[in-house]
Amino acid sequence: MTIEVKNLVKKFGSFAALDGVDLKVNDGELLALLGPSGSGKTTLLRIIAGLDWPDSGEVSFNGEDALAQGARERHVGFVFQHYALFRHMTVFENVAFGLRVQPRAVRKDEAAIRSRVKELLDLVQLDWLADRYPSQLSGGQRQRIALARALAIEPRILLLDEPFGALDAKVRKELRKWLRSLHHEIHVTSIFVTHDQEEALEVANRVVVMDKGRIEQIGSPDDVYDNPATAFVHGFIGESIVLPIQIGDGAIRLGDRQLDLAADGLAPGASKLFVRRHDMLVGPPGSGAFEGAVQHVRNFGPVQRAEVALSGGETIEIDAPRDKELRAGDTIGLNPRRYRIFAG
Amino acid sequence: MGLTLSWLSVIILIPLAGLFLRSLELSPEQFWNILSSRRTLNALRVSFGLAFAAACVNLVMGSIIVWALVRYRFPGRRIFDAIVDVPFALPTAVAGVALTALFAEKGWLGAPLAALGLKVAFTPVGIFVAMIFIGIPFVVRTVQPVLQDLDPEIEEAAGSLGASRWQTIVRVILPSLAPALLTGLALAFARAVGEYGSVIFIAGNLPNVSEIAPLLIVIRLSEFRYADATAIAVVMLVVSFVIIFAVNRLQRWAQSRIPAR
Repeated sequence: MTIEVKNLVKKFGSFAALDGVDLKVNDGELLALLGPSGSGKTTLLRIIAGLDWPDSGEVSFNGEDALAQGARERHVGFVFQHYALFRHMTVFENVAFGLRVQPRAVRKDEAAIRSRVKELLDLVQLDWLADRYPSQLSGGQRQRIALARALAIEPRILLLDEPFGALDAKVRKELRKWLRSLHHEIHVTSIFVTHDQEEALEVANRVVVMDKGRIEQIGSPDDVYDNPATAFVHGFIGESIVLPIQIGDGAIRLGDRQLDLAADGLAPGASKLFVRRHDMLVGPPGSGAFEGAVQHVRNFGPVQRAEVALSGGETIEIDAPRDKELRAGDTIGLNPRRYRIFAG
Repeated sequence: MGLTLSWLSVIILIPLAGLFLRSLELSPEQFWNILSSRRTLNALRVSFGLAFAAACVNLVMGSIIVWALVRYRFPGRRIFDAIVDVPFALPTAVAGVALTALFAEKGWLGAPLAALGLKVAFTPVGIFVAMIFIGIPFVVRTVQPVLQDLDPEIEEAAGSLGASRWQTIVRVILPSLAPALLTGLALAFARAVGEYGSVIFIAGNLPNVSEIAPLLIVIRLSEFRYADATAIAVVMLVVSFVIIFAVNRLQRWAQSRIPAR
């Protein structure tokens, strides 16, 4: 099932939750919608599910208009952040719900429903919990049951709204891996919303980065990390050093220091230079584009994180490998192995 | 524990025991004669029958009111919310007088209803109306917090799983609210059975037709027939207890299907 979204606009009062969004989701893909809260990612997901309606724009599944159908007719599996399990039903009945409410003409008989539910509980590896109530399960188990319930109706699309948002860090990591292998197994077109970049990069085939109701970049996890299209994406994904620079007369300046970096093709004026912390290479004084004095050093496993006061007046944090010991008070040269410049 | 028990004894158990002891002054035969008299039976029938009917009406109407108050935002919602409590706070005699004036043959509502051939004031219908009036807050106030607690997401979940609106209400919402609904029903019923002040003004108090059991007790007391009064009281007590107990069991059963979160 492919999903196509065209020029979607949704306003809540004067706040534009979606401000002209275009997106194409390929068949069998596992797509992440990544962005800070208020970026419109959940609104987009809810509109695709039929739980919300846009002010204007189009949504189509396999080329047919989805907005003509309600949530009920769309055959979309939706997984909520807070599970939304039916607490007066057992786990078994929760999973069976979508099968039991089908119109009589297509409804399966009891034996078929039982075997289907059993199959789904096996898939999420929780068949031993069939007779429990949701309140007796852990958060991770509840979310897996919610997923099994959504899959029961053999959805054409699976949508997950911050599926691991309410779980603790360790369970989250487990479920991420598990979701990816599950998707590998069932191959249903899936979209999940998250504000956690690590989650998006680790689980998804493609990542859509959103901010303020607009799509900033669509690309593979490597793409959005290595080639961020906008300043927002660079700042949001991965840790970045941001330096305010001036471009003019074919040169780049930080404060009154001219940097030894190429300024070809850059528009003159105030800009921002983005560098990943680990892309700042340490050398002897005078060897790189920047020079600075080390203020503090802390060790984080394989890297040492140093706070460096640049001669231009800015203070930055860099991550350097631990083979060359840095000490507070050292003067070092710094050269960005990779960097990007965005206007503004 | 000790404090709870002694307090419960002083406030509830000792007066009730006194009631039973007093009724023991009657021989079983006398007791039976009082109860099987036509007037007593009719009074009990009027009280329990109408109270149950009124509680059922309150259950349905109360649920609708709660739904509107919790799920919709409309101008004046807070005021409506406050108005629900009026029957709680109003002295029952005031309510009785107001309802009587309203439903009397020349009253604002009584006149059009009389034109339709329905006489409310001074008939059993009047008792029914008064019992609905005083019972409604019990249903609303017990169901309201539970509905507020019920995440609208579960309705969206049911919808996306293919359930119709009706299936969502019957299979998801009502079962979740069942314990609260039963509690509301029981409270509204108990209140209506025991209601005296508002009912006697509007009832007409015709023996065998619109005479409620509590009124009959008062009449017997004023005739100094204390034993008769206690006999009726004991029956009311026992029947009420049995009904409340039954509802309680039902509620426990419904609750057991929704373990505490």
